[in-house]
Amino acid sequence: MTNMMLETAKGIDYKPSLQKPAQANPVPADREGAVAAKMGVYDLDLYYKDFQALKKVNLEFPENRVTALIGPSGCGKSTLLKSLNRMNDLVEGCRIEGEITLDGADTRRAIDVNSLRRRVGMVFQQPNPFPMSIYDNIAFGPRTHGIKGRSDLDEVVERSLRDAAIWDELKDRLKKNALGLSGGQQQRLCIARALAVRPEVLLMDEATSALDPISTAKIEELVGELKTRYTVIMVTHNMLQALRVSDKTSFFLLGEMIEAGPTEDVFTNPQDERTADYVAGRFG
Amino acid sequence: MANHSLREGFARVLFLAAAGVSILAVALICVFLFANGVPAIAQIGLPDFIFGTTWRPANDIYGIFPMIVGSIYVTAGAILVGVPVGLLCAIFLSRFASRGIARILKPGVELLAGIPSVVYGFFGLIVMVPFIRAYAPGNGLSLLAASVLLGIMILPTIITVAQSALDAVPQKYYEGALALGANHERATFRVLVPAAVSGIMAGVVLGIGRAIGETMAVIMVAGNQPVIPESIFGGVRTMTANIVIEMGYAADLHRGALIATGVVLFVFILFITMVFNVMKRRSEAR
Repeated sequence: MTNMMLETAKGIDYKPSLQKPAQANPVPADREGAVAAKMGVYDLDLYYKDFQALKKVNLEFPENRVTALIGPSGCGKSTLLKSLNRMNDLVEGCRIEGEITLDGADTRRAIDVNSLRRRVGMVFQQPNPFPMSIYDNIAFGPRTHGIKGRSDLDEVVERSLRDAAIWDELKDRLKKNALGLSGGQQQRLCIARALAVRPEVLLMDEATSALDPISTAKIEELVGELKTRYTVIMVTHNMLQALRVSDKTSFFLLGEMIEAGPTEDVFTNPQDERTADYVAGRFG
Repeated sequence: MANHSLREGFARVLFLAAAGVSILAVALICVFLFANGVPAIAQIGLPDFIFGTTWRPANDIYGIFPMIVGSIYVTAGAILVGVPVGLLCAIFLSRFASRGIARILKPGVELLAGIPSVVYGFFGLIVMVPFIRAYAPGNGLSLLAASVLLGIMILPTIITVAQSALDAVPQKYYEGALALGANHERATFRVLVPAAVSGIMAGVVLGIGRAIGETMAVIMVAGNQPVIPESIFGGVRTMTANIVIEMGYAADLHRGALIATGVVLFVFILFITMVFNVMKRRSEAR
């Protein structure tokens, strides 16, 4: 039992033991059944020039589940998220040590960056639809990856908007500029745009923090539906949101991963005192 | 206290006067142009003046259509040369150039803007005209020479305006495109450039304004025959050239016709400035 707790504290309870992905797939200790890790982060150190933003982080993201990364500002949760699809490459002086895997393959060595980003989609904190029509926004990704036919694109656009539960609102104004939409609609459009390239993982970087409560509720509901087909990893400042939406929660503090586990456990029975303090709202 | 408000009042008047000078200058130029040009146009007849294809001051025939066409041709040629080069250069400076290269290129572009037009003219006359003469029919003084030269001259305008439009595109669009798996080139050309298009168009329009008003360099390489050119190797006379070449000895109606040419040019520029302002406002609305 103590051994089990120790492992929980290190945040690796999703599998009985920490294993490199190349090795045999162990049976994960998930109460909803066996779930393999879709992505994994192993001994990850990340530096911005001399500043170490992530320290020896080990974390796995189970397939078709929602994993929430929580923690106070500056704890490194967004940094971790951005290293999963290599958006950190854009940051000058950013250096990564350790391993990040997608289906067991090293994301920085075995996978081309553009195909990695196609497979691991991202929704940003600020809705960022392109200043073009709704249709062209959705079609941008598929076009990038070689879908040219009009009817194929029509189909992708409709499917993506339906998947993002915004088709009914937008179907009559596909030719209108996306910047004319409300913030909540823009964000769901961005989700649809990310879904249009058929990603396997969806990263959400505080995707609702700029939105009103109703839009937030819609997106939370949407995330619940999306996890049947996608692996969702979300950064959130909102602990209630993590509790409502996620299956697994991981708590970060000052670049360290303090604790990870089934969301219920992390919130009701945290193993680390700092986690307990944070989820109880004693700091943050 | 009284002293303070007095001083403030004085400063206000001073600034107002300074601002007034430029407005006054525009107004005076306007009045001068129209007061001298419009009677001449009335005397010649507006259709005969604008659409007349013969310019023969000795016989009091003043049709400036060849010059209008000449100005449009030369400007269009300059756009054809200058816009693709300038736009690609702006994209390169904004999104592709390393800091070291940009540090060399950028002052180079600024230097290009500072070269006097007569020096451009010399360059055209000594380098480009002989080159065209060697490889094409005619004597080299041609629409082609004027177009290429003007195309080079409007580069700094287009590059500077287009680059600042590109630099102003929010980084979030770029990141959004990359996050969908687009590479740098695709994100740049399919997202950033379209997002900056109204600013880029403003640069193009400003370039057109510069090209249509340019005089000295064009006179030196264009041949200046007052006829509609039959090919790009033929000579061409622009409205500006028409004024400069003949103003020295013109009198009476001839002089009035030249000023009226200025009126037409002024209307062209007015129109271009209006288009530019609309573009700029649309670009800022983004």
